[in-house]
Amino acid sequence: MHTRTPGTSLFTELEPLLEQVSKPIQYVGGELNSTVKDWDCGADSEHGQTVRWALMYPDAYEVGVPNQGSMILYEVISERPDALAERTYAVWPDMEDLMRAAGVPQFTVDNHRAVGDFDLLGVSFSTELGYTNLLTALDLAGIPLHARDRVDGDTIVIAGGHAAFNPETIADFVDAAIIGDGEEAVLMVTDLVARWKSEGMPGGRRELLLRLARTGGVYVPAFYDVSYLPDGRIRRIAPTEPGVPWRVSKHTVMDLDAWPYPKQPLVPLAESVHERMSVEIFRGCTRGCRFCQAGMITRPVRERSITGIGEMVEKGLAATGFEEVGLLSLSSADHSEIADITKGLADRYEGTQTGLSLPSTRVDAFNIDLANELTRNGRRSGLTFAPEGGSERIRKVINKMVTEDDLIQTVTAAYGAGWRNVKLYFMCGLPTETDEDVLQIADLAKRVIETGRQVSGRKDIRCTVSIGGFVPKPHTPFQWVGQLSADDTDARLEKLRDAIRSDRRFGSSIGFRYHDGKPGIVEGLLSRGDRRVGAVIEEVWRDGGRFDGWSEHFSYDRWVAAADRVFAESEWPISVDWYTTRERDESEVLAWDVVDSGLDKEWLWQDWLDALDETEVDDCRWTPCFDCGVCPQMNTEIEIGPTGKTLLPLTVLGAGRKAMAEHSHA
Amino acid sequence: MARKRTPEGPPPPPPVQKLRIRYARRGRLRFSSTRDFGRALERALRRSGVPMAFSAGFHPHPKISYAGAAPTGTASEAEYFEISVTERVDPDAVRAALDAALPDDLEIIEVVEAGPGSLAERLEASVWRLELHGVTEDELSYAVERFLAVEVAEVTRTFKTGPKTFDTRSAVLAMDVVDDAPATTAAGEEGPCAILQMVVRHTTPSVRPDDILTALHAVTEFQAPVPPRVTRLAQGPLTDAAAGVADPLAADKDAVGS
Repeated sequence: MHTRTPGTSLFTELEPLLEQVSKPIQYVGGELNSTVKDWDCGADSEHGQTVRWALMYPDAYEVGVPNQGSMILYEVISERPDALAERTYAVWPDMEDLMRAAGVPQFTVDNHRAVGDFDLLGVSFSTELGYTNLLTALDLAGIPLHARDRVDGDTIVIAGGHAAFNPETIADFVDAAIIGDGEEAVLMVTDLVARWKSEGMPGGRRELLLRLARTGGVYVPAFYDVSYLPDGRIRRIAPTEPGVPWRVSKHTVMDLDAWPYPKQPLVPLAESVHERMSVEIFRGCTRGCRFCQAGMITRPVRERSITGIGEMVEKGLAATGFEEVGLLSLSSADHSEIADITKGLADRYEGTQTGLSLPSTRVDAFNIDLANELTRNGRRSGLTFAPEGGSERIRKVINKMVTEDDLIQTVTAAYGAGWRNVKLYFMCGLPTETDEDVLQIADLAKRVIETGRQVSGRKDIRCTVSIGGFVPKPHTPFQWVGQLSADDTDARLEKLRDAIRSDRRFGSSIGFRYHDGKPGIVEGLLSRGDRRVGAVIEEVWRDGGRFDGWSEHFSYDRWVAAADRVFAESEWPISVDWYTTRERDESEVLAWDVVDSGLDKEWLWQDWLDALDETEVDDCRWTPCFDCGVCPQMNTEIEIGPTGKTLLPLTVLGAGRKAMAEHSHA
Repeated sequence: MARKRTPEGPPPPPPVQKLRIRYARRGRLRFSSTRDFGRALERALRRSGVPMAFSAGFHPHPKISYAGAAPTGTASEAEYFEISVTERVDPDAVRAALDAALPDDLEIIEVVEAGPGSLAERLEASVWRLELHGVTEDELSYAVERFLAVEVAEVTRTFKTGPKTFDTRSAVLAMDVVDDAPATTAAGEEGPCAILQMVVRHTTPSVRPDDILTALHAVTEFQAPVPPRVTRLAQGPLTDAAAGVADPLAADKDAVGS
């Protein structure tokens, strides 16, 4: 094996492979607004060191490239003179085979550098289904799969993203996990690594990891010892080194206006899943939907101001030329100035063929006015609402406070305003759910169609019911519940399908899309797993498991067979069911208790009891604090408007148009 | 029974000028497809403020048409497309603005106002250059000689509709081994490198450089050890004299100049 100079481009070796793979464009980089920096760009900086990050989104390029979190980190690191960041994605199996045959390692797309040459590999896990792709990347990069086998000089592997709120499942494979908002945390780590390198890397990687762990905001699994009870439950997770905290705190960025990233969003040539320029209009959500991990772990609500949003849209469009702007958040219509924002943006961009979208909106008649504002140009596709639960009762259990009348009013307004297709999203397998709760979805859909036919006076209106299995997640009031088995989920969905199809008057007007229960069980195993599940991930990966988020690649049988083999050899009576369909009790030590999301475990348990009582909890933005624990624990508070400001008219596009106008023709 | 809906508001402003544009696709962006280029172009047009004309309807699209695109994986110095604008513009200023708004490795070479006639019909043939690494000039010359000596050289390629067999020989109007060193020799590529240049008539189905390599192999057993680097140097109307192609935008330039 010949040695390469670290940081040199592998493109010459890659080029012949690109001729043979599907969609080679995803591997070549060169996107507008991508950054290529010198390998030793930090040589003249304060510490004289360069901190090199490879950032991975562990899915295909087309999914990873529009990811906001990755784009933000890529920019904030790249802006530092003493650091560089390059991106890497999961390669498809055709490319993986060719790379193995040709001895080409996992590479970054920006400069085609070997991932193993970088100091740090940051991996952003939006979902647990990317874990097998991490193993492929590590293996191709020549980085030992297990953190315990890595030595000085090996790349440090750091996980982040929502799935990292339970880092124990991947404890075997990652050196560290950063919990919560990444932009400040990644710079803190960069500082720490720069200092350690400038000191001559004292104590090697172990010392670096200790320094990271002692910040209190980085979880290093190697410095924690897990002991178990004979029945398989965790007895205790305890730090093994002095100065390493019992619980690791999440990071919270308080002033979004101070972090207007991404400023220069990437513009891929390849087709990607989100072809738009996105601006995060606020972070966090206190609606309190009990199934929603994102809402629980990103508290408190922090709004970007209307003027900050206007500026980001203006600069982002100028930097990218995208034809659509997405106003992102967990529930975009909840921004305190959303009406002024949408009206202001629609006015500014009138006549420029620029679309606006609010990807996550609640069922609310007010939102129809918003939607009208957004589609002034005439672009009008479907409207999606998420009642989540089929019956009034189950919606009280999950704290999704939408009545059937609310929903009917909303769809009345939608069909009345000219929409012809309304999508409704539900979940199956919610705690306490019975067949009856799910079958009410059919009645609801029929009422929606009836109403739609009345108000629109047309027969050709449609409604699509989309339904997926519920997966209980860590740091939610449902973290203790038994997940509904795949068979039970499938049986319930089948009954619902029959109920929808039974009535000929509606049959063809109601579309039905569902996902079977099997992927949800694997997601459940990985979400609420502990470090003993790592061996299952590895077994699946060795057996060829890749791209588990893609139905054409996912194999439930492979996962179950691998888990059976691994757990049969363990000293505890654990199994896939034990991790998924088993209900936990209040006293059980949970693997993710080492992560402090700010939420009091007692409050979560109380909220779970409230769920069983069908008691609803209000939103603390408009009603008094309900003591979830986040603000006092994390020393944070709600940051919301209104600011009372508005968006002034602006000459937005065609700044270069004047220079282009014809001069010579009279 | 479906009532036809039309968007509210006035129809889009009409096009007042049509531009014909030549661009080059180089380096790593040779792996972009025509659709990939289209995405990059639409965004570059918006960034640079070109007053694009849009189609009417609920999903307005900018008026762009592409002609004779080179296959994905090949570089090109001569790709063409046309756009329509709603205000008269200076073609040179459009060239500069659009070039600045596109990623490196995509270069806008020339913009002219369209004269009468169809651009697509003028694209009768292409000049291709193939860099064959690991191949000596002698090997290649021998293969070319034998290929040119046959009347028919059929290949089979799989299309969306299924496999199709077609002749490649009749489309090849000229084929020469060129005696010049490769423009770029990447590090790590040592050993011989032979250059094949050829003029290929545009046919249906189109005969692509890789079809010709397949045919060369079938006729002469010739095979390059690594995939060649392929560049389209030019495309345009066939000239009457020795097999060659002319500038397809010459007629437009004449029309404007007159």
